[in-house]
Amino acid sequence: MYRNAFPAALAAAGLALMSAPAFAQEQVASLDDKVNQIFASSTGWFVSLIFSNFPGTNFPWIVAWLVVGATVFTLYFGFIQFRAVGHSIALVKGDYSDPNDAGEVSHFQALATALSGTVGLGNIAGVAVAVGIGGPGATFWMILAGLMGMASKFTECTLGVKYRNEYPDGRVSGGPMYYLTKGFAERGLPGGKILAVLFSIFCILGALGGGNMFQANQAHQQISGIVGDYPGWITGVIFAGVVFAVIVGGLKSIAKVTEKVVPFMGIVYVGTALIIIVMNADQIGWAFGQIFEGAFTGLGVAGGMVGALIQGFKRAAFSNEAGVGSAAIAHSAVRTKEPITEGFVSLLEPFIDTVVVCTMTALVIIITGQLMTDPETGLYLVGDNGMIQTMDGSSGVSLTSAAFGSSISWFPYILALAVVLFAFSTMISWSYYGLKAWTYLFGEGETKELVFKIIFCIFVVIGAAANLGPVIDFSDAAIFAMAVVNIIGLYFLMPIVKRELNSYTSRLKSGEIKKFE
Amino acid sequence: MSGKFVVGYDGSVSARRALEFAVDRARAQGGTIVLTHVLEWSPYSFLTPQELEERHARRKDEMTRAEKAIMTTVKAELDDAGLPNEVVIRYGNTAEILGRVAKEHNAVQIVIGRDGQSALGARVFGSVAGALVQTAPVPCTIVP
Repeated sequence: MYRNAFPAALAAAGLALMSAPAFAQEQVASLDDKVNQIFASSTGWFVSLIFSNFPGTNFPWIVAWLVVGATVFTLYFGFIQFRAVGHSIALVKGDYSDPNDAGEVSHFQALATALSGTVGLGNIAGVAVAVGIGGPGATFWMILAGLMGMASKFTECTLGVKYRNEYPDGRVSGGPMYYLTKGFAERGLPGGKILAVLFSIFCILGALGGGNMFQANQAHQQISGIVGDYPGWITGVIFAGVVFAVIVGGLKSIAKVTEKVVPFMGIVYVGTALIIIVMNADQIGWAFGQIFEGAFTGLGVAGGMVGALIQGFKRAAFSNEAGVGSAAIAHSAVRTKEPITEGFVSLLEPFIDTVVVCTMTALVIIITGQLMTDPETGLYLVGDNGMIQTMDGSSGVSLTSAAFGSSISWFPYILALAVVLFAFSTMISWSYYGLKAWTYLFGEGETKELVFKIIFCIFVVIGAAANLGPVIDFSDAAIFAMAVVNIIGLYFLMPIVKRELNSYTSRLKSGEIKKFE
Repeated sequence: MSGKFVVGYDGSVSARRALEFAVDRARAQGGTIVLTHVLEWSPYSFLTPQELEERHARRKDEMTRAEKAIMTTVKAELDDAGLPNEVVIRYGNTAEILGRVAKEHNAVQIVIGRDGQSALGARVFGSVAGALVQTAPVPCTIVP
């Protein structure tokens, strides 16, 4: 069946790509409207279900769901994220790695790969949105959510390694779909299979949306902001071509270059942010004052303190994906005899992503005075759209760009490059997460995998070409829906993690597990 | 005395010269050759998720290939020549692994070839010979 469907799909994609530019724009525009309509009418209920508020409040239940989850895991594991940091770093350094396992996936590599999937536009664009709506106070809640999220990550990544599949040919495959099925079966609980299937469906949708269209869209906006406006499909086709070359053509060199440049870009980004903060050293005290005051009063932002809190929590969750389950897929490839060690390592991920990188973005925006205040009251000026007014009226990724550019005039160019690279590496990671969910549902096989990869590339073009509001909403909703399924599973499986933790800790204390050399 | 000579061998011409040098010495002293092949590897490199998944399988392939391609041919030669020998294939940093193997085997000497890169090249990219003379636990011979 796939054999017949596939050439047709390819031909259709080819036709779409080959259409003359003048027509393409109109076609995309009309296609855009159609897709919008279809999506809005058929998925609107899903989006409003996921993002609906608690009755009588303006607090979305999904935000509470993530925060309650993170809090439960934090308490259940006795603030593991603070107790274990030293051990986590020792594991990443390789102090506990058997030298005979050299050549296998190290803790460092698993962490770095997972990070390149999470550090992305959420850290640059998402934070600007959070601070732009929730004010400086959102930063406080964002950091708090990042710290709590470390415990969620710890739980899911331990399970990811424990219940991964190891195939006879040596490949490994893990993630929520596997621990939901195997873990539930082991505890004799029903419903694991249903949760796993639901998770996989949401994961595919999330991969095509937040992990693909959103990235392509924001990357195009950033590029066109620098070179001038041009049709999005051009960016889309180029991006899709490169993604295609990597995930279908197996062109390792591009992926290798990205994987090497992305961490470097991350360091440049954080380094530049630090320089700008130091340049404005006299403002640091004031900025933190704003963050703390804003966290509890809102300083005039829409929704006050609760508004700041929702924005902070929401963007933190979106950025570090703690509780979503996606990172467990990347982390599960590590070579270790102790699943819990990858849990320890993974808890560094939300810390680096949210507590370090996101906070840097927020501090730069605040410290360079992008958000306008009323000189008399000291409160923020909020526009009709609920956004705080900014110096040049920008928001999202362009607000971050303006903030960096106000101190270092040429940095927006570097930032554009960083955005494109982050977007690209996030897409590569999510194409893999989506593929794993796809093969869980439909089974492995070259043709089946190829179908998904081609769908993925087509969505890159759609994402860059159009501003598909409802589609983006839907994909956001799908990513959060992954968290609904995943966290239900984590609640049932956390005693298993606890057992692993206790056993490991006692063996570490007794000296049975010790450093090599 | 029957000393062990650790020879860094990667199949190159210079490694070949190093091996011949070590074979002469070992034969004269009645020593053993520890033929060491290092697959350059850093646990701090960056991989894509796909590469993570396939890493374990890839490693097995690489080991088998190394064993087959480089080692069995040279080992056969040494066996034919009646010289006692051992084969070690490891992942890691070449200089570090050679030093470690020498220590583990209580070797008397490490012998490596050098590929004659320029002084500038060695400064920028580092050289195995340079790193080895700085860190080796036993005397080193670098065969030009």
